[in-house]
Amino acid sequence: MDAFLHQVFAGLATGGIYASLALALVMIYQATHLVNFAQGEMAMFCTYIAWSLMNAGMGYWPAFLLTVAFGFALGVAIERLVIRPVRHAPVLSTVVVFIALLVILNSVTGWIYSYTIKPFPSPFPASSFLGNRFMSPHELGSIGITFIVLALLYAFFRFTPLGLAMRAAAQNPESSRLVGIRVGWMLALGWGLASAIGAIAGMMIAPIVYLDPNMMGGILLYAFAAALLGGIDSPGGAVLGGFAMGVLENLLGAFVIGNELKLGVALVLIVGVLVVRPSGFFGKVHVTRV
Amino acid sequence: MTKKNFLVSIIFLLVVCALPFLVSDYRLFQLTLVLVYAIALLGLNMLTGYNGQISLGHGAFYAIGAYCAAILMDKYGVPYWATIPLAGIVCLVAGFLFGLPALRLEGLYLALATFALGVSLPQLLKYHHLEKWTGGVQGIVIAKPDAPAVFAQAGLPLSADHWLYYFTLAVTITMFVLGRNLLRGRVGRAMLAIRDNPIAAQAMGVDNALYKSLTFGVSAMYTGVAGALGAIAVQFVAPDSFNIFLSLAFLVGIVVGGLASIPGAIYGALFIQFVPNIADSISKAAPWAIFGVFMLVFVYVLPAGVAGAVQMALSRVRRNPRRVVP
Repeated sequence: MDAFLHQVFAGLATGGIYASLALALVMIYQATHLVNFAQGEMAMFCTYIAWSLMNAGMGYWPAFLLTVAFGFALGVAIERLVIRPVRHAPVLSTVVVFIALLVILNSVTGWIYSYTIKPFPSPFPASSFLGNRFMSPHELGSIGITFIVLALLYAFFRFTPLGLAMRAAAQNPESSRLVGIRVGWMLALGWGLASAIGAIAGMMIAPIVYLDPNMMGGILLYAFAAALLGGIDSPGGAVLGGFAMGVLENLLGAFVIGNELKLGVALVLIVGVLVVRPSGFFGKVHVTRV
Repeated sequence: MTKKNFLVSIIFLLVVCALPFLVSDYRLFQLTLVLVYAIALLGLNMLTGYNGQISLGHGAFYAIGAYCAAILMDKYGVPYWATIPLAGIVCLVAGFLFGLPALRLEGLYLALATFALGVSLPQLLKYHHLEKWTGGVQGIVIAKPDAPAVFAQAGLPLSADHWLYYFTLAVTITMFVLGRNLLRGRVGRAMLAIRDNPIAAQAMGVDNALYKSLTFGVSAMYTGVAGALGAIAVQFVAPDSFNIFLSLAFLVGIVVGGLASIPGAIYGALFIQFVPNIADSISKAAPWAIFGVFMLVFVYVLPAGVAGAVQMALSRVRRNPRRVVP
C-alpha cells in the first residue's frame, strides 16, 4: 500500500509539471488554433538560462524570477518574429515552422552548453517538515508552485481587464478589434505567458530529470496527451488531464507495464483520445459548416 | 516522354552508373544512403505533399523496415534481397493500420499523433520482451552482402560496396518509376483532389477513406523499403538511430526538396545527407541549427522547395512562362 501511495504522490508531482506545460499548450491553442511543438524546447532553453544565472552566482529565487521574465520575452519575440508571418499559411507550413523552432532551440542549446547532462538545484530543502513518508519536499514544493501558477492565471484571466481582453481576442478576434482591443498584441502576450509557464515547468522538472537539451522530449509528449485528455481548448481540463497523466504514467510504469513502455502509454492515449473522443473530457465539440 | 527528355534520362543514368568508379568508397557509401533517403522521402512526399496528411513520425516506418530486414537476415537467414519486399509488405500493413485511425485526424492532430509515434518508437524497440528479436539497446549487426558470383565469372569483379550501390540504385529506380506511374495517373489525381478539397473529391466519387488509408500504407511501404535498404547499407540497426530526429530529417528533406514533387525527393535526400557532413566540421549541433534555419527560409521564401526553384529556372531559360509551377 505504501508503495502504491508513493507512486500516486510522485505521479501527482510530475503531473503538476505536465499540467503546467499542457496549460501552456492550451493557451496557445485557444488563441491561435495551433499546437506548439516547440513548447518543450522553449521551456528547456529557459531552464538553461536559469542554470547560467545561478552559475554566475545569483540566488535561486532572483534567477527564477529573471528566467520567468526571460521566458515571457522569448515567447513574445517568437510570436512577433516567427509565427506572425505564417498566421494565414496552411497547417503544414505552421507545423514546419514549429518543428524548425524545436530543432533550432535544441541545437543552439547543445551548441552553447554542450550535450553533457547537468544537475539542476531544487529550491526546496532536502529534508524538512514539508517532506513526509510519501513525498520528497521537491515534489510537494513543485505541486505547490503549480497551484500558485494556476491561481495567478485564474485571477489574471478572471479579474483583470487585460485578461478579459485576451480572452475576447482569442474567442472573437473580429469583434474584439472593433471594440478597440489590439488583437495582435494580445496573441503575443498569450505566447509570452505560455512561454513563462513553460519556463516554470522546466525549472521544476529539471531537478528530477536533470538538465540536458533533450530532456523535454518525453515530457512534451505527456503534456500533449494531458491536453488532449482534458480537451485541447479547456484550461481546467488540461490541468486535470496533467495530474491524471502523471498518476497514470507512474502507476502503469511501476506496476503494470514497466518503465520501458511509459512513452507508449502517451502514444496510445493520444491516438485513443483523438479517435474515440477528439474533444477530450471537457472540450467543446466543434461542428464545421461545409 | 519526349525524345529530348529520354536522352537526358539516358545520360543521367550513365553518369549515375559510372559514379562508383569516380569516387572513394566512403563517398560511395554516402551516395548509397542518398538513394535510400530518396525512396523514404518519396514515400513521405506521397503522404504529406500529395495527399496533405502531415506525418512527423515516418522514422518509425523506416525503423520497422530496417528491423524487419535485420531480424529476417540475422535470425532466419533470409537472403538480403528477399528482405526488401518483405519489409515493404510489413510496413504496408503497419501503415494501413495506422492510417485507419488517422482518417479521423486532420492536419494538426495527425501531426501530433505521428509525432507521438516517432518519439515513442525507440522506447518500444528497447522493450525487454522483444529483446530476443530486436537485440535490445545493443541492436543487431548484419553482414554486408557480396556481389553475386556471376559478375566475377564474367570478368567484372565488383566490390561489396559497388554491388550495394548498384543494387540500391536498381531498387530506387524501380520504386521511382512505380511511384511516378502511381502519382501521374488516376490514383495520384484522386490523392491531390483529397488534399485540395476533400468534400469536392468525395462528391466526385473518390472514396476518401480508402484512398487516404491506402496512401498511408503505400507511403509507409516506401519508407519501409528504404529502411530495409538503409539497414543493409549501414549493416547495423539500433533503437537510438531511429529517434524523432530521423523523422524530422525526413520532413526537412521534403520541405527543402519540394512538396508534391518527384525529383524533389532526390534534392531533399542530397540535402539531408551532405549538409550535415559539411556542417559537422563547425559543431556537433550545427547540422540541426542549419536544418532549422533552412526550414524557416524555405517556408517563408521558397515554399515550392528546390524542385520549384529548378523548374522556375528551367522555364526562364526556355522562356516559356507556362511551365512555371504556381
